Amino acid sequence: MNKTVLDLWVGLLVIAGVAALLFLTLKVGSMNAVKTADSYVVVAHFDNIGGLKARAPVKSAGVVVGRVIDIGFDNTTYEAAVTLRLDKRYAFPKDTTAAIMTSGLLGEQYVGLDAGGDSVKLKDRDRILITQSAVVLENLIGQFLYGKAQEGAPQ
Amino acid sequence: MSVLRAIQDLGRRTIDGVWRIGFAARFFLTILLRSGTAFRRFDLTIRELYFSGVLSLIIILVSGLFVGMVLGLQGYETLQTYGSEEALGILVALSLVRELGPVVAALLFASRAGSAITAEIGLMKATEQLSAMEMMAVDPIARVVAPRFWAGVISMPLLAALFSAMGIFGSYLIGVRLIGVDEGSFWSQMQSAVDFNQDIMNGVIKSVVFGLAITAIALFEGYDAPPTAEGVSGATTRTVVTSSLAVLALDFVLTAFMFRGIS
Repeated sequence: MNKTVLDLWVGLLVIAGVAALLFLTLKVGSMNAVKTADSYVVVAHFDNIGGLKARAPVKSAGVVVGRVIDIGFDNTTYEAAVTLRLDKRYAFPKDTTAAIMTSGLLGEQYVGLDAGGDSVKLKDRDRILITQSAVVLENLIGQFLYGKAQEGAPQ
Repeated sequence: MSVLRAIQDLGRRTIDGVWRIGFAARFFLTILLRSGTAFRRFDLTIRELYFSGVLSLIIILVSGLFVGMVLGLQGYETLQTYGSEEALGILVALSLVRELGPVVAALLFASRAGSAITAEIGLMKATEQLSAMEMMAVDPIARVVAPRFWAGVISMPLLAALFSAMGIFGSYLIGVRLIGVDEGSFWSQMQSAVDFNQDIMNGVIKSVVFGLAITAIALFEGYDAPPTAEGVSGATTRTVVTSSLAVLALDFVLTAFMFRGIS
């Protein structure tokens, strides 16, 4: 086989390989990881984070606006300290509420942000004050059973 | 007397093993040190890229397609019992990009290209072509071994990426076209679950490491083969066995490092 045909085939291999990588990157994967340069970090304290994990999405109105980067335990208040990295393009009022939600019945847990009405925006290293914990299924069932028992009780 | 012989045998085997490990390490270092020629005369490497990369394309593409199709069928079968057929895209893409793509492509590469490399080098040694090169002051490691090494390292990630892409296409054919999983959620769930750095880049790193291991083992076995017909055939077998085991063991180690902290 002469040299130019060889080069052609190897060129085809390289092009096909790079095309496959591009396909994997663009069509299969996503590069929506928020970069450190154009983002800011806020902290939210929760009584209970349920099954939330690092790298979980932060959504507002259903749109991904950031990611959970760290989950810690505050030993003075006995609360979970969740660090969120938010995209700089999205600024939120200072009285924004953060809640831990579940997508679907068995889906992943994420942090939902609900914008407030304050004119002052959240800055880097700020803390979200109003939070709502994850719904724990056992508590929910307990409340339901308690309510049922109350209904049936003689007045 | 036979006890003495058994002990002698054990000692000889141990020393042989240690000697081979030392020789393999020195051989690997020599390849790295003398690979300047492989890049200065890149046509040598291109020729090897053709033999180990391009000629492996058919087996990689066809196996990728079938593996993806099987994953699509089996994944659908299991997922539909939980009513979440749309997660088929996640299942297929993650298992292909993280594990099956690099590993199965590497196993195929070991048996398709690794064995050929060992047989070729072993036969070159048996027919004293390597010694003849040395006589002509041509360094056989720089001229013969290093181009094959770099060709393997370059072609392995390309082949693994092609394998994964073909597999995802195969599962798309089965899952979406044949069974009728919703196309939009198939792709969008896949996109939201597969991360570029965590999944795709780790797959690429894995395949580079596998390519390195396979070609190094294949070249060493060929270079170390006894210069007889049985010697070369034994070395070829050893290449396939050793490099397959090395790929699986390395995969475990790499996975343990890469995916330890992930949910």
